[in-house]
Amino acid sequence: MDFLRPASWEEALAAKAEHPTAVPIAGGTDVMVEINFDHRRPEYLMDLNRIGDLTEWEVGEDTVRLGASVPYTRIMENLDTELPGLALASHTVASPQIRNRGGVGGNLGTASPAGDAHPALLAAGAEVEVESVRGARRIPIDEFYTGVKRNALAPDELIRAVHVKKADGPQQFSKVGTRNAMVIAVCAFGLALHPETRTVRTGIGSAAPTPVRAKAAEEFLNAALEEGGFWDNGKIITPSVAKQFADLCSAACNPIDDVRGTASYRRHAVGVMARRTLTWTWESYRGTRRAAKGAA
Amino acid sequence: MRVNFTVNGRPQEADDVWEGESLLYVLRERLGLPGSKNACEQGECGSCTVRLDGVPVCSCLVAAGQAQGREVVTVEGLADFAKQRACGTGSCGGTSLDEAKRWEADGTDSQTGEGTELAPIQQAFIDAGAVQCGFCTPGLLVAADEMLERNPNPTDADIREALSGNLCRCTGYEKIMDAVRLAAARQSEGV
Repeated sequence: MDFLRPASWEEALAAKAEHPTAVPIAGGTDVMVEINFDHRRPEYLMDLNRIGDLTEWEVGEDTVRLGASVPYTRIMENLDTELPGLALASHTVASPQIRNRGGVGGNLGTASPAGDAHPALLAAGAEVEVESVRGARRIPIDEFYTGVKRNALAPDELIRAVHVKKADGPQQFSKVGTRNAMVIAVCAFGLALHPETRTVRTGIGSAAPTPVRAKAAEEFLNAALEEGGFWDNGKIITPSVAKQFADLCSAACNPIDDVRGTASYRRHAVGVMARRTLTWTWESYRGTRRAAKGAA
Repeated sequence: MRVNFTVNGRPQEADDVWEGESLLYVLRERLGLPGSKNACEQGECGSCTVRLDGVPVCSCLVAAGQAQGREVVTVEGLADFAKQRACGTGSCGGTSLDEAKRWEADGTDSQTGEGTELAPIQQAFIDAGAVQCGFCTPGLLVAADEMLERNPNPTDADIREALSGNLCRCTGYEKIMDAVRLAAARQSEGV
């Protein structure tokens, strides 16, 4: 094994081009587990910790450019207004020690269906900025996950940042596990209201081979909200609409039975989380509408 | 490969380090500092918790090469680290490798900690009876000490969250909670 220690992003891209099998390591919270247990013996290990700008973020007009190695702790502490869904999801990652090291770049690189950031990224809307010596490109989050622990990266590409849409409405994240800390999601659900476009987006974790959106559920809800004039009248969402939305979210799952839970439990739990997160975010939306009216 | 880094305030060098080796392995097996414990090797248990540039991390998940040029504090250096912080100096001192290797919580009386230099959090763990088999203790001490540095008046929820990455299979955590509350109370009284 060789330990590569690029001092800059350009050096890292050159090293990855020269050694496409090199495994990038940043927080190490996935990679080191595999090495410790002898599940993986990469030819080259490439440390990204010396590249300072990977741990930086910029808040722009419409998006946040989040460096691939920004630790979850920083996201929780600094970006809960701009990226509330991702901040909530970050807070459910493992433990303080892990959140101090791990970041979204690693979640995307590993591309486990159980990664906590994925449902929040899918719901908010995001693009993954990847680069190689051949050039840079942005991959829409919906096209990033290609299979179980597979993503759209080419062998010579590295993840530099993720561009996440700033919240224009309430967002929620929910995760099922046996306890609060140190839990790999049995299943997880992210939901974001986008009042500006009058749409709702979702993200399902750990209930299909890849993280997925519940697109049929989104389409149904978008139409129901529009039809009932809900965005304008701010009424409580009809229980039958919430129920139908929850059922469609369950139907979007394609889960397996494993040690953490059964397929049928996952489908059921995703439906419950869909209904709850919709209720929470909608109540919050109604609250801000009332506050805005009161102020005006 | 060779790794140069600072451990407990003193520069150290580890040779013949395998590229896939963890910081924990280097600390325990190459530098002779077995205070940080090796249990799960997957970041679940927190018993290998050290400070890396001030931040609590699982040393089993840090590749040794990633520690190059950085500062590590282990439980063996915690008493001195806490002392430095209390004096507000922080630049001088440190714990030599020999001192760190010899460091024991025994002192002249292992029951009370008398005769040993202890960090306030270590004394609080002894006084509250928060130690049983002791395997999780080093990680808990490093994590709790860092929380009290950041948050001198923690609520119970703050303590639980700060220690949520540290597993203890003996105590049921109640005595550990007592110990951290005791250390926080003593800290705020300036004892």
